[in-house]
Amino acid sequence: MHIAEPVLRAEKVTKEVSSPEGTLTIVAGVDLSVAPGESVAIIGASGAGKSTLLALLAGLDEPTSGRVWLNGSELTALDEDGRAQVRANHVGFVFQSFHLVPALTAIENVMLPLELAGKPNAREAAAEALEAVNLSARRHHYPRQLSGGEQQRVAIARAFVTRPAVLFADEPTGNLDAATGERIIELLFDLNAASRTTLVVVTHDPAVARRCERTIRIEAGRLVA
Amino acid sequence: MKALRLALLALVRDGKSGELRVLMLALVVAVAALTAVGFFTSRVQQAVDRQAGEVLAADLRLQSRSPLADDYLRLAQEAGLESAQLATFPSVVMHGDATALSAITAVSDGYPLRGQVRVAPTLLAPAQAAEGIPGPGEAWLAARLFAQLDIDIGARIQVGNAELVATRVLDYRPDQGSQFVDLAPTLLMRLDDVAATGLIQEGSRVSYVQLFAGDRAAVGAFKELLTSRKKPTERLADINDASPQIRSAVERAGRFLNLAALVTLLLAAIAVAIAARRYVARHLDTAALMKSIGASQNLVLAITVLELAMIAIAASIVGAALGFGAQHGIAYLLKDLVRSELPPPSLSAAGLGLVTALAILVGFALPPLLQLRFVPPARVLRRNLEPPPLRYVTVYGTAIAALVALLGWLVRDLALLSVVLVGTLVTFAALIGAGALLVLALGRLRGSVGVAWRYGIANIARRGRDSVIQVVAFGLGLMVLLLLAVVRSDLMQEWRASLPADAPNQFMINIRPEQASDVRDFFAERGFAPPELVPMVRARLVEINERPVGEIELPTDRGREFIEREANLTWAQHIQVDNTLVAGTWWTPDDGGGPRVSVEIEMARALGLELGDVLTYDVAGERVSARVTSFRKVQWDTFRPNFFMVFSPGTLDDQTGTYITSIHVPRERKRDLLDFMRRFPEVTVIDIEAILAQVRGVMDKAALAVQYVFGFTLLAGVAVLLAAIQATRDERRYESAMLRTLGARRRVVLQGVAAEFTTLGLLAGTLAAFGASAAGYVLARRVFNLDYSVDPTVWIVGLLAGALLVGVTGTLATRSVVDHPPIETLRKG
Repeated sequence: MHIAEPVLRAEKVTKEVSSPEGTLTIVAGVDLSVAPGESVAIIGASGAGKSTLLALLAGLDEPTSGRVWLNGSELTALDEDGRAQVRANHVGFVFQSFHLVPALTAIENVMLPLELAGKPNAREAAAEALEAVNLSARRHHYPRQLSGGEQQRVAIARAFVTRPAVLFADEPTGNLDAATGERIIELLFDLNAASRTTLVVVTHDPAVARRCERTIRIEAGRLVA
Repeated sequence: MKALRLALLALVRDGKSGELRVLMLALVVAVAALTAVGFFTSRVQQAVDRQAGEVLAADLRLQSRSPLADDYLRLAQEAGLESAQLATFPSVVMHGDATALSAITAVSDGYPLRGQVRVAPTLLAPAQAAEGIPGPGEAWLAARLFAQLDIDIGARIQVGNAELVATRVLDYRPDQGSQFVDLAPTLLMRLDDVAATGLIQEGSRVSYVQLFAGDRAAVGAFKELLTSRKKPTERLADINDASPQIRSAVERAGRFLNLAALVTLLLAAIAVAIAARRYVARHLDTAALMKSIGASQNLVLAITVLELAMIAIAASIVGAALGFGAQHGIAYLLKDLVRSELPPPSLSAAGLGLVTALAILVGFALPPLLQLRFVPPARVLRRNLEPPPLRYVTVYGTAIAALVALLGWLVRDLALLSVVLVGTLVTFAALIGAGALLVLALGRLRGSVGVAWRYGIANIARRGRDSVIQVVAFGLGLMVLLLLAVVRSDLMQEWRASLPADAPNQFMINIRPEQASDVRDFFAERGFAPPELVPMVRARLVEINERPVGEIELPTDRGREFIEREANLTWAQHIQVDNTLVAGTWWTPDDGGGPRVSVEIEMARALGLELGDVLTYDVAGERVSARVTSFRKVQWDTFRPNFFMVFSPGTLDDQTGTYITSIHVPRERKRDLLDFMRRFPEVTVIDIEAILAQVRGVMDKAALAVQYVFGFTLLAGVAVLLAAIQATRDERRYESAMLRTLGARRRVVLQGVAAEFTTLGLLAGTLAAFGASAAGYVLARRVFNLDYSVDPTVWIVGLLAGALLVGVTGTLATRSVVDHPPIETLRKG
């Protein structure tokens, strides 16, 4: 269906871990291809391997076998620092538990990925990103001074500020009440549409999945649809 | 730059959140303890350096127990050198009924040739450089003598047969010897006034000194000339010979205080290690996040190392400032020991602080912190992902390496280093074993106590390893303090009690043979038990088995010292009651065995003697030989005159000597003693009680200074406790929330916490009291030969102090955890 060169591609990706009961296969031979600008929801029951798959696709973890390409780079051929560099330049994250650096203010948190990627004018870009999530007024607040919804908005600003090729979101509304979660999803998809970023989101929430162009279900480590 | 900025931000945030409090406390305590000692020893060292040039009061100093030839002075004059003479001897000085033992220093014009004498016109006035020497009939007295005689400037004092006027307060003379106290205060007078005192008689204990000074070449040539001409009994010293002893004394004292500070350092290091583990646990998430959004491993490492370096710098600045303040405390406690004004401390000791802080951090905090670098970035998705565990080799290897490096740097002596290191490791192993047993034994009590105590005891048992570390850390701090405070004074009392009530308290020396019967009569008339007068001859050992002693390799330094100076010899018909024969046989009257000698066993070992060896002495130019026929063990602390060498009767009887005796004079009969001194002014009376009091005073002060340094050890123990509490904070918060959700009232949870820490404190107190009692027992039996009964005070103080300190500190530090609303904790999971 998608003619353009995929921005994210997985080939026979398997992740096994050893446990007291023997080897446990968490992700089993997953093949996946995501086109630029596409939005994909990964859904499945708890323990089905959603988060592990996300970690493998984003290069946060290494598969036991198989290969992963992200924006032209083969992640599985890179070492940890090489993958970190790919993430710095091409990837944004939004996490369930926000994961802001407690030592940094809102604007500093947003500046962080720009600084790590060595990009200029980090402060201006971060201010713009905070403006986009409507948090300019709280830019100098520390994470502990912000509500859950506000923290997630900062995290979203941080994810978009590098204009990433792919944005990974892990249960972005999992720690928020329903109304706030809805507003966060609204914001995420609006920004996604505006910046033509590819979105890969792991979720339990059918409402979130419905907003995506494609839904992938994972069961016992295998893609079923 | 990026790493530095991020490290700085992390430091600020960690500082604000209180994360670094315990780490800082531990480092600051260690740095303060070591720099306090460092600053203090630097002051003494500088004082010694400053005075090294003038300790002789000359460039060359010739000294002898016999009068020196005037020829030397003539030769010096011909060589273009300045010269001066002095004589020193102990004597009692009197004013009315008051007496004081003084070190008389009688000097000729020109004294001192190097350095200055400093005097004050009145007791309270500041001292100034003196012009010349005391005038005829005048004396300059050390302030201590003014106090002991209860006199003021202008008082007339009795020195032997002469009356002198005290005209100045003697503050300092360049050749007053070591910086540490000598037993008698100085009286400075003119050499040409000495004859009038009648104090110098044949056999008196006088040191005769000639001083020479001039330009370097002339002094060098004159030294060679003197060396070739002087008698073997005359000792020549120049500046190079003068200072090493003082220097090594200062170094030894510094090392000793450093060792005291090291115990603090060890405990602080343990606290740092615990705090670092907690720091890592709290920073895993941030490190994972940084890596997930693109930070390299090196950046994460750089941030950590930079933050650590900044912590080290901050801790060393604060610690060194505290150490600087604390060294005033040591200097104050030891002010009587270090007589002259100390120069300000050199700031280089602050460098020691930075090295200490860095060494502790690198050895004990860096290995766990390096783990942050290996945090899997996927931890942002799955919190149970941890970095690979550290290998034991890495953790203990780095810690021991850092310890050895720091110890080596401080102790600078390989033999001592290995002793200290092995001693430390063995002690720690023993303490940890004992601590583990205590914790284990505690578990058995669980069934028999109420709910709060059960909860507390259960906690100690569950955190077994941490509990043992806390018990040992606190127990060690308490133990050294108990040892110094309680056990030391017990030993002192034990020793005093071991002396008979009528043990001699006055020594009389320099009794001439013709006075012997008068002295005996004097005491007999006054109803004292007639004292035993022991003859004494001064002589020098020249040959052993007809080999000159200079050619003999001696097994010990003590032996060498013994042959280098003149010794006191005696002869006796019967063996003294406080002597025991350990080898050979004693002589019987008229057995015709010829000249024989009995040698004290320790000295025999030091000289490498065997029964049958022949010793040859030079007694005032005459050679006397005797065969060694027995070895004796001497009980020195009976305060009776005792000798290393006792000869058979008839061997030395013809030699000119003096008599020596000791007698017990009860306090209420001191007047008889004054009469004695008036009647026999040239006999030197030494009040042993006064000297003992002085020695005790010195020991008390020194012990107080060491205790003061060990005070830091207790603080380091607190740091370990706080670190351990901090490390279990999250766990405790969760437990407290659970208990409160289950219906426990806040007070019950708090009681459980108080029970836990009070019990820990009791265990630490038990360990401390046990350790201090055991150390006291070993010291008493092995070192001092005393009976030692365990003082219950050790146990009472140990248990109470442990329970109170640990109980209160622990409960206060955990209080906020209990106060935390349970719902918040449970929501976070």
